[in-house]
Amino acid sequence: MLEMLKQSNNPEICKPLVEAVIAKSKEFQKKFGRKPAFMEVCGSHTMSLARTGVKQCLKEDVNLISGPGCPVCVTDQRSIDAMVALAEGENRIICTFGDMMRVPGSNKTLLDAKIAGKDIRVLYSPVDTVKVAEENPDKEVIFLGVGFETTIPILTLMVGEAEKRGIKNFSIWMTTKLVEPVLRYLLDAGEVNLDGFLLPGHVSIVLGENSYKYLEDEYNISGVITGFETAELLSGIYKLIDIALTGRAAIENNHPAVVSKTGNRVIHKWIDQYLTECDEAWRGIGVIPKSGLDLKPEYDQFNAKKRFTVEIEEPRKTKCRCGEVIRGLISPSECQLFGKACHPMNPIGPCMVSAEGSCAAFYQYMRESY
Amino acid sequence: MEKYISLAHGDGGELSNRLIKDVFIEAFGDGNAALFDAASLTISTHRIAVTTDSFVIKPVFFPGGSIGKLAIAGTVNDLIVSGAKPAFLTCGFVIEEGFPISDLKRIVTDMAYEAKKTGVTIVAGDTKVVERGSADGVYINTTGIGTYEYNSGCSLEFEEGDAIIVSGTIGDHGIAVLTARGELGISVPIDSDCASLDKMLAGVLTSTDGVRIMRDPTRGGLATTLVEIAEDFQLTMKINELDLPVKEEVHGVCDLLGFDPMYLANEGKAIIVVANRDKDKVIDILREFPEGRDAVVIGSIIGKGKGQLLLETPLGSKRLLTRLSGTMFPRIC
Amino acid sequence: MCVGVPAKVVKKMEYSAVVDVMGSQTTVGTIFVPEVEIGNYVIVHAGQAMSIVDETYARQSVEEWRRLVDARNAETVE
Repeated sequence: MLEMLKQSNNPEICKPLVEAVIAKSKEFQKKFGRKPAFMEVCGSHTMSLARTGVKQCLKEDVNLISGPGCPVCVTDQRSIDAMVALAEGENRIICTFGDMMRVPGSNKTLLDAKIAGKDIRVLYSPVDTVKVAEENPDKEVIFLGVGFETTIPILTLMVGEAEKRGIKNFSIWMTTKLVEPVLRYLLDAGEVNLDGFLLPGHVSIVLGENSYKYLEDEYNISGVITGFETAELLSGIYKLIDIALTGRAAIENNHPAVVSKTGNRVIHKWIDQYLTECDEAWRGIGVIPKSGLDLKPEYDQFNAKKRFTVEIEEPRKTKCRCGEVIRGLISPSECQLFGKACHPMNPIGPCMVSAEGSCAAFYQYMRESY
Repeated sequence: MEKYISLAHGDGGELSNRLIKDVFIEAFGDGNAALFDAASLTISTHRIAVTTDSFVIKPVFFPGGSIGKLAIAGTVNDLIVSGAKPAFLTCGFVIEEGFPISDLKRIVTDMAYEAKKTGVTIVAGDTKVVERGSADGVYINTTGIGTYEYNSGCSLEFEEGDAIIVSGTIGDHGIAVLTARGELGISVPIDSDCASLDKMLAGVLTSTDGVRIMRDPTRGGLATTLVEIAEDFQLTMKINELDLPVKEEVHGVCDLLGFDPMYLANEGKAIIVVANRDKDKVIDILREFPEGRDAVVIGSIIGKGKGQLLLETPLGSKRLLTRLSGTMFPRIC
Repeated sequence: MCVGVPAKVVKKMEYSAVVDVMGSQTTVGTIFVPEVEIGNYVIVHAGQAMSIVDETYARQSVEEWRRLVDARNAETVE
């Protein structure tokens, strides 16, 4: 198993794979008179494509466009401001993923609030929040529930655990996002011309290969479910070009070791038990109906939005173009703030500071010189 | 003897006196030095090297070492990478009220052992005690003095083609300490690489005059240190990702938690930039020492005039490396 | 984190397991993969095992890459 993992990054395999992809792309270019264009919709893909150098190596032949892959980046500014305002409340412990700490709110970041003395904790494993609640019965413990389908089930585990232990001071601030609604939005909006999607490797663990049929049937567009190692990325892109050459749409699972046809049914049960569809606001897009999941009414006691109110003003307007970046309309380097006013030490928007943000990926992994 | 440090130990009176005798002089020897407010030293050369460093590591005891060992090795290393033979050290302690004296003794014993091993004499010191809740147990500052005894030092005369060498695996200390804190819920069989490199690097300095510069990649890691060299001296440097020596276990933790070994601290490693003709000789010398057994060439200077550090990926593409920016928080999805 | 590394299960408890990732060990929840056995590799995300790696498919993937590579190398020779 470890041997196989080594092969997935072995240059002896990966370098010829790059050449194979380029050759396939030249076939496509000959047939269609342009480069193939694919969008990845998973922040980890954005990062891996950049960090491994795959995107750089293919830049002359394949147009790889970053889409709405980073759950922090697609969260709209009002929601960010609301979470920061939540953290400012008295007698609370806020638990969150590391990514959220430096996301710029209109006035400040969670890190600023922490430095000023608020109890804000970064947890690698969200279920630990329940333990924090148990250990601090006189405080309200709230987890910031940001994430796509890979993270969402873990939120339900937390509620289950809190229920089991009779914890009364625990809740989640639900601000989740779903992949299908935003893909439908992008395709309906037709702002970007695509030959296919690089489908997320781990969201697909939850959803399963069959869940993407609508792309093929309703939109006539292809998708290849792909992992994150160099050889997986390259073979996924190769397959996308191959399918595109046939002229027909298809969904293919290039990550069968980990993703099944039906997805993880145990996870589906947990989601069905605790969650229900809700409308969510997306950065640069606005509200997409039924594009998120919220806790069912019977779990209101664990729903931070039902237990706490926050007062926020209109978000401060900036020249940040994250909203266009996540829709694949511009590349990070096309934003006038990129690398100048906006960089990891001083991010203007979430895309530059999130560990999965397109701008952060570009800044850290795609620049060849100053 | 009391069991725990109290504020009285820092007030300069009876308890302070006892502490100095029973703990510090007991370990460091030279009772005579304590007779004066300043140490009187005879130094063989006109030029001396001076460096100072404070150690605030938490936890104070970690796999592979302690804050005591670190306090000596860290300053010894700063001297030797600058081309100077470590000779004298001072040490200042800021101790938290309630700190167990047995732990203090352990730390001080580590320091004495390391000092003896490296041939440095601890010639002056100071002790303060602060209220419970400050100082994370104990903070130590060491100032080191070294002499320029070696025929050649670090010339700073860089040339295109110069080799960039790292003396061993990177990220060990960072991972050992992070996991020792116990906050990450991960157990890793990795020790800190904390080590004094004086003999190993003296061996390098005495065998070749082609050393351009040496640095120890502590906080900020290998990448930050190389970026600093590149910018300080306006060099374009390129290192190869495939050549970076990283232990499997460190890779595993980094993958799990989203860290990058290039940005993790090292406390027993040196970066050496040396003339290309001498690189094999330097590697051979390094590998003769246990601290240098994994020494390897990781890249070279590919241009002058523009200060930047490039990384070549296994696929052959290049990308710019920057300093460590912000704390590395574990990632999410 | 989304880039889950395959972690090998070395000890199994009721709702969790100890996994080994290249020598490091940590405990992860196994509620989503109740059928997991010692010796399996799992994909871990934010402290939970999400999927059991099917090693047959993993091997097939590697073979597929090799075929692509061989085909490519043959082409360049021509």
